[in-house]
Amino acid sequence: MNSLFHISNLQFAYSSSLVLRGLSTEIAAGEFVGLIGPNGAGKSTLLKIMAGLLRGYHGSVDFSGKSLSQWNSRDLAKRVAFVPQETHMVFPFTAGEIVMMGRLPHRAGLVFDSPRDIDLTGEAMALTDTASLASKIFNQLSGGERQRVVLASALAQNPDVLLLDEPTVYLDLKHQMQFYDILERLNAERRMTIISVTHDVNLAARYARRMIAVRSGVFVADGSPEEVLTPHHLYDIFEITATILQRPDGRGSYIIPTA
Amino acid sequence: MAVGATSFPQRNGGLSAARFLGVVGLCAVFCLIVLLVTPWLGSTDVTWRNVLAGASPDREIFFVARLPRVLFGALVGGALATAGVLFQAILRNSLADPFTLGVSAGSSLGAFIAIWLGLETVVAGIPTTSVAAFIGAFLTILLVFFIARTSGAIPTFTLILAGVTLNFIFFAVMMFIHYAANFNQSYLMTRWTMGALDSADMGTVLGAAPFVIGCLIGLMWIAAQLNPLSAGEDWATSRGVDVRRVKTFCYFIASILTGAVTAFSGPIGFVGLIVPHTVRLVIGPDHRLLIPASFFLGSAFLVLCDTAARTIFAPTEIPVGVITALLGGPFFIALLKRRRGDLW
Repeated sequence: MNSLFHISNLQFAYSSSLVLRGLSTEIAAGEFVGLIGPNGAGKSTLLKIMAGLLRGYHGSVDFSGKSLSQWNSRDLAKRVAFVPQETHMVFPFTAGEIVMMGRLPHRAGLVFDSPRDIDLTGEAMALTDTASLASKIFNQLSGGERQRVVLASALAQNPDVLLLDEPTVYLDLKHQMQFYDILERLNAERRMTIISVTHDVNLAARYARRMIAVRSGVFVADGSPEEVLTPHHLYDIFEITATILQRPDGRGSYIIPTA
Repeated sequence: MAVGATSFPQRNGGLSAARFLGVVGLCAVFCLIVLLVTPWLGSTDVTWRNVLAGASPDREIFFVARLPRVLFGALVGGALATAGVLFQAILRNSLADPFTLGVSAGSSLGAFIAIWLGLETVVAGIPTTSVAAFIGAFLTILLVFFIARTSGAIPTFTLILAGVTLNFIFFAVMMFIHYAANFNQSYLMTRWTMGALDSADMGTVLGAAPFVIGCLIGLMWIAAQLNPLSAGEDWATSRGVDVRRVKTFCYFIASILTGAVTAFSGPIGFVGLIVPHTVRLVIGPDHRLLIPASFFLGSAFLVLCDTAARTIFAPTEIPVGVITALLGGPFFIALLKRRRGDLW
């Protein structure tokens, strides 16, 4: 198995409350993982640790065969990109300038952007359908446009791994689908590893090929969407009873909470 | 779909050498023209013939009174505008200015103490008041940094609170000293807080210039990293920026620039706030352009204000801080009204 992330007995506490209570798993290159679980389960914390944004954890997290604590942020940023829930800029950057920030870890020159930087940002914007927004002020774009621009910025980093923290939580249904369609293409065509935290179990079931469920800082289920989305697991994860249907398009399960 | 306003002039992301040289070159040329013209203006007319002719009073006025003052004004204006850009970026707050974190309060407290103790001598060509002001500024910079630092990180919010709190404490002490001082000292203290550029001689200028220009060049090394940093620390870290290092570097460069120039000029307000904002409105927030453009335009702005300060009611001078606020304030409001659509 081509293991990209190797996590073993990972624990993390904010001040005194323990958020992650001993997580262990492996994630292979090319996987599409949906990370689900109730509020406060520790999903985002886990993702931020994997992205190198949170340090001071116990246990071990290896990325690409080397402990995460030995990666400097620049080398890590060449391989791992992070997409937050929501982005707001204090200053009036244009969408194109935001995407260009993604080239930072690769920059050789100090001040100017190279033709390669401009090519790759153009490609990232074409892929996310944001090329026409390049000279627009980021803060004035709609939520869906902003999130696609942030994705383009992450893609400009040319990463192997994309970590997303509830990337579509503020998007409408159509834009949620559009966004995940792009992720699906990246996963299929570029073998990009995708790990996305989401509250939307059905969205995760539609796109992810592996689902990991977290509750109170421990993994409670891990497997294909069909394996994870059972009435038994759903009760364990969310304390709900649910009816599980097959999607008419044949793409896995669809859950309907009933109580 | 919402249609966002398009930036004008259009900025679609990439920064080419041509655009950099165009924008920064234009600002530098404007600054140079200001520096070439303003020394000829003043309460006494001087002619270039007399200036070049040797020991005439014109030569004295030009080379001893005006030129050092203009050049010093350029250094102070450039340093304050640059420090403003840096503080706004690392604090992610468009209202931050070079004085937000207490540097000028510390510097003024140092100057007040020197005036109060009657230390009005000149040591090695530098007035004791300036030495005391610089020591005050430097101690404040360290104090704020060590109060805010927790286990290696420097949380932005703590940094602002530490700075603002020290500001209050220092102002209280200054009020007490002011109250305890005699009339002559009290006048000197009030005059200090208004800011002035007339204390500089050519020695000060030649001493400060390499330092200020060195800081500017050093900043160009990390200018690109300030773009993601000004957007957020997680955003910057996930783009490979060593946030703690860049933030610490910028904090010290901005503080020392501010402390060094205000030790001679006193606190001159508004430059560090207005200039970065105006430049950002016109050319955008990309720090690779924002830093050098703000430096040159900050220089030009303060020199023009100081020229107005010494000519409007000549031979009486107005404190330059009054002019920066009176000229800059309304100009800034007009700019705000015109570009209201753009959030920043």
